[in-house]
Amino acid sequence: MTRSSWIAAGVLVALALAVLLVPAVAQLDQQLVDLRSANRAPSLAHPFGTDEVGRDVLLRVIYGLRVSLLIGLVAALVSVTVGAVAGLAAGVLGGAADRVIMRVVDGFNSVPHLLFGIFIVALFSPSPTAVVASVGLTHWTTAARIVRSEVLTLRARPFVDAAISGGSGRLRVVRRHFLPHLLPHIALASVLMVPHAIWHETALSFLGLGLPPHLASLGNMINDGARSLLAGNWWASLFPGLFILLPTLAISVLVQHWRDRANPRRRSELQL
Amino acid sequence: MTRALARMVLWRLAFTVPLLFAVTLGMFALAKASPFDPVRQYLGDRAVVTSPEVMAQIRANWGLDRPVAEQYLTWLGNLVQGDLGDSRSMHRPVAEVIGERLGWTLLAVSCALVLMLVVSLAVGALAAWRHDSWLDRAITGSAYANEAAPVFWTALIVMWVFAVKLQWLPPGGLTDPAATTLEAGDVLHHMILPVAVLAFSQSSWLLLFVRESLITTLREDFVLGARARGLRERTVIVRHALRSALLPFVTLLGARIPELVTGAILVETVFSWPGVASASVQAALAADFPLLAALTLLATLAVVVGNLLADGAYVIADPRVRVLGVS
Repeated sequence: MTRSSWIAAGVLVALALAVLLVPAVAQLDQQLVDLRSANRAPSLAHPFGTDEVGRDVLLRVIYGLRVSLLIGLVAALVSVTVGAVAGLAAGVLGGAADRVIMRVVDGFNSVPHLLFGIFIVALFSPSPTAVVASVGLTHWTTAARIVRSEVLTLRARPFVDAAISGGSGRLRVVRRHFLPHLLPHIALASVLMVPHAIWHETALSFLGLGLPPHLASLGNMINDGARSLLAGNWWASLFPGLFILLPTLAISVLVQHWRDRANPRRRSELQL
Repeated sequence: MTRALARMVLWRLAFTVPLLFAVTLGMFALAKASPFDPVRQYLGDRAVVTSPEVMAQIRANWGLDRPVAEQYLTWLGNLVQGDLGDSRSMHRPVAEVIGERLGWTLLAVSCALVLMLVVSLAVGALAAWRHDSWLDRAITGSAYANEAAPVFWTALIVMWVFAVKLQWLPPGGLTDPAATTLEAGDVLHHMILPVAVLAFSQSSWLLLFVRESLITTLREDFVLGARARGLRERTVIVRHALRSALLPFVTLLGARIPELVTGAILVETVFSWPGVASASVQAALAADFPLLAALTLLATLAVVVGNLLADGAYVIADPRVRVLGVS
């Protein structure tokens, strides 16, 4: 592994530990409002400063990351599941079903994702469910495309012919011969979907269309911080944003590393 | 060439019309499934004191008591005839709201596009030329970081640095709050930050693409040939390598319209730029279906037209497509 992949893995492990352990051992309450220490700049007592009602930004960032990560994971899972089922159906059934499903995919892709998400959340009042639904409904198309194209190449493989000649039905071929080959692709698609889903959650929350404002989520915190930004309090929105950037960057570095390993020719040519 | 182009345009248009119908149907279905009651929305606090008879009257006036299919057909018919309805949050016709704001969005987005193209071509070519140096690593590193950073956050940080800390540029809006007339210089001054942030946020993928594509092209025989003929390094890169490396880029640019729309929504909101993209957020916050639906349709149309232009440009740019036809 290269040095950057080690750093990326370290960042992810550290963030995961922080998200899991800090709420268990924290002395302070992240909801604690302390107006006497509002809008404090970063110091030893509050490494990331305090927000406009005196809540510790560091503690809230960790809680926010927890919420955003959870929403991101669920949304990624929903969208990849929907996409995998659609892609599998298109690839296995073929013919008219394939054409219809792929036209639906094209249709969903021609509406900008964030706008579509905004549309859904606006009509179903902001809530975690609406956010998950809007991310799931807009992002399943990527997974559907990947799964379909994999199924199409799998169909031509000799072991599938052998299984069918041996009397396997459609369901058995899918379960025993397609799914084991598809799982790595589906897993990679889900990993790549998580930062995307987190981005969407934070963008919607930032616009005031995501999670309820009292909940510590990274998007809500950036939105809260934006209000005091004009007064010069940069820390309340800078740090939550950094905690969106860090995991996203770490995941993309790791995925890049994984792809280079899977495709050594490209690595030797480009040394990305 | 014209025949190939015409055939492709016709083929695409044949898909566009059903697509737009499907989008209207989808939006209408979502609106009907939504728990929001447009009449209560319209009345606001007055809904508590309004008698049920009056509310039923409004409902009838708006045609909400009709069967769902009939409501959809009426709405669609109006849309086709160019009647986009009335915005419930801004209390004005939707067409008027869009007409007033579309120009500002187009101005900002097109300036951002030009800036993004120029900067990422130059910087991407620089990184490829100095491949594997510290400069290249710094450029690609910041491009990846930029890709990972949410654009609304970048916008806020930029706003803090340039508008709050340095006070070089205004933090948002279209004109000075004290200004009574629209002056070009004032608008230009307010436009710098949103345009720069939008261009910067969209530039990293293009920059990385130019770099990667150029690195591969620089290994090709014709580049070696050009160098062997003693051409200047600049001529080799700009005239020979870059030209061939940029071929797939026209299609990529067209396919990036959705991201551009997304970026415009967030950047316009942060800098309170009075364009159509920020109007969609205001419409969403007020659950203003007519305005939101019209803006969603507009964005879909922009995506479709973007794809069409990209494919058209490809036909013109690549002689192989012209001769062998569109696959």
